[in-house]
Amino acid sequence: MANVTLRNVRKTYPGGFEAIKGVNVDVGDGQFCVLVGPSGCGKSTLLRMVAGLETVTGGEIDIGGKVVNQVEPADRDIAMVFQNYALYPHMSVFNNMAYGLRNRGMKEAEIKARVEEAARVLELAPMLDRKPRQLSGGQRQRVAMGRAIVRQPKVFLFDEPLSNLDAKLRIAMRVEIRKLQRRLNTTSIYVTHDQLEAMTLADILVVMNGGQVEQIGNPLAIYEKPATTFVASFIGAPPMNLMSTRPDEIKSQLGGAGDAGILGIRPEDFVITDQTPAGGVALPLTVEAIERVGAETFVYGSRQQDDKRVAATPGELPPGEIIVRIPGSEAPPIGQKIRVAAVRQKLHLFSGDGRTRIEA
Amino acid sequence: MQKQAIFQSKLLPFALVAPQLAIVLIFFYWPAVQAVIQSFLLQDAFGLSTSFVWFENYLELFSDPAYFETIIRTFFFSFAIAGSSLSVALLLAVMADKPLRGGAVYRTLLIWPYAVAPPVVGVIWVFMLHPSLGVLSRYLRAAGIEWNPLLDGNQAATLVILAAAWKQISYNFLFFLAGLASIPKSVLEAAAIDGARPMRRFWTVTFPLLSPTIFFLLVVNIVYAFFDTFGIIDTMTRGGPGKSTETLVYKVYNDGLIGGNLGSSAAQSVILMVMVIVLTGIQFRFVERKVTY
Repeated sequence: MANVTLRNVRKTYPGGFEAIKGVNVDVGDGQFCVLVGPSGCGKSTLLRMVAGLETVTGGEIDIGGKVVNQVEPADRDIAMVFQNYALYPHMSVFNNMAYGLRNRGMKEAEIKARVEEAARVLELAPMLDRKPRQLSGGQRQRVAMGRAIVRQPKVFLFDEPLSNLDAKLRIAMRVEIRKLQRRLNTTSIYVTHDQLEAMTLADILVVMNGGQVEQIGNPLAIYEKPATTFVASFIGAPPMNLMSTRPDEIKSQLGGAGDAGILGIRPEDFVITDQTPAGGVALPLTVEAIERVGAETFVYGSRQQDDKRVAATPGELPPGEIIVRIPGSEAPPIGQKIRVAAVRQKLHLFSGDGRTRIEA
Repeated sequence: MQKQAIFQSKLLPFALVAPQLAIVLIFFYWPAVQAVIQSFLLQDAFGLSTSFVWFENYLELFSDPAYFETIIRTFFFSFAIAGSSLSVALLLAVMADKPLRGGAVYRTLLIWPYAVAPPVVGVIWVFMLHPSLGVLSRYLRAAGIEWNPLLDGNQAATLVILAAAWKQISYNFLFFLAGLASIPKSVLEAAAIDGARPMRRFWTVTFPLLSPTIFFLLVVNIVYAFFDTFGIIDTMTRGGPGKSTETLVYKVYNDGLIGGNLGSSAAQSVILMVMVIVLTGIQFRFVERKVTY
């Protein structure tokens, strides 16, 4: 049991490349913290620094009230689950799990008890004598989890543990990990690029971009009030519609807030209507494409006149394109002209550079 | 995509492989067949008459205690050479595998000795350790060691093992380096987090994962020590002093070309041939079929 605190943590590689540009995160005891961001944002590097696999070139990493910058990975009392599982291919499942305990000089009887308990929890009991290559992807993943939990460490670290699994198994394992973490109540840091995984697992969500933290907080709070356009478009699928407030069509509807620079509206906050809610925004669209996925329908519409590109971010739509989410029972024909509107409370306003949220 | 080449004439493909086939036939099969035939023959001292004696040459060999001594000596040499060159190469490879400044230069330099021909290796080491001319001999004598491999059989054997092992280090190093590179980094990181110190990590993770490479190299090194050390022995000691550095291969040469006993020499080379076939068989069986842990 421990909390993990990162204080102004930096990583500069010998070549001068700055991978982590000063990160401050505080993970409370027993909390599940998820680091999310696009590839290359430094999230894995940060996790590896917590594990002790990368050196820290600035700031402090504190585990359970002790600065561990110079402490060997073995002595940090952490366990890590790797993306490729990193199982010892020459050892049986039992020995894979027992290895870390043997290295610490634990008695064989105690080792056996702990491994068998972990195997029972993870439903690996019939496979203890097998080698990793005789297991399926999901089973290997569970062995990697087992190796972490038998140690009963202060902190679990997960480095994209589900990205090698197929979609169905990924969802099942996601739930398993959450249940397991709740039960063991062990502080966890989890790295992923999948925003859905991030939203569903996290107590605290840390959104990273370019080696910096964009926003930290409760996942729903971040979803409801993204601090930057990057967060706005990264969290939520399909991404938030972002558009410039410059065109008169939008500016006139926003009134005083029209000088903000960028307006964001989530696809699900639009309704197809002829009315304009007071203080809200209405846009005329031409339906370009629709995607019917059963429970909901996504309408891809283009605005009649549009403007320059807005905020280069992942998942960005082509300029002038708007996604609208409507109930699955509806499906406007392609080419139809529709009018969509969102109420005032559902508008997100950002400064022109997308770096600051403006509360209207 | 066309995988099969089409030839207009049936002759051309045969003509193209003919040189290679000719080399194999003339330099491998022909001498092998000759050796087998020769091993059944007995010549008189002047080479004037030849008689067919069936297995007499073999029987004579196996009833000769000196031949068994040579077999034991050869095995001892092989394991000493393979063991020392494998362990030094592994040590160097493990160190070269770490991120080093100028690591590429270091790795390249370690590969150079492999390009040196065995007789040249022999000459280099003889120069360094010659009792009266050698550079290293002076230091050895200064350290109070009576160094004279020309008279002392054990020292001569040490010298041959040293030179032969030295030459093979490069080859082993190269394979170990490749073997180490194929071990996933995350597995070693997992072991580090699992509390294994570097030495323990090496013996419980790296070494077992290298075992297929080690086994492959062991076979290759034994074959090398059996056969390719001829040049080194010939330039360094000529099998002497006495018989202290005479291996099976050198005995074939000594008995046949120096001693003129062609029948016995041929029988010995047939025995060696069988040994190579067995070793290669082992290699195919266990190495080619990808050793699993």
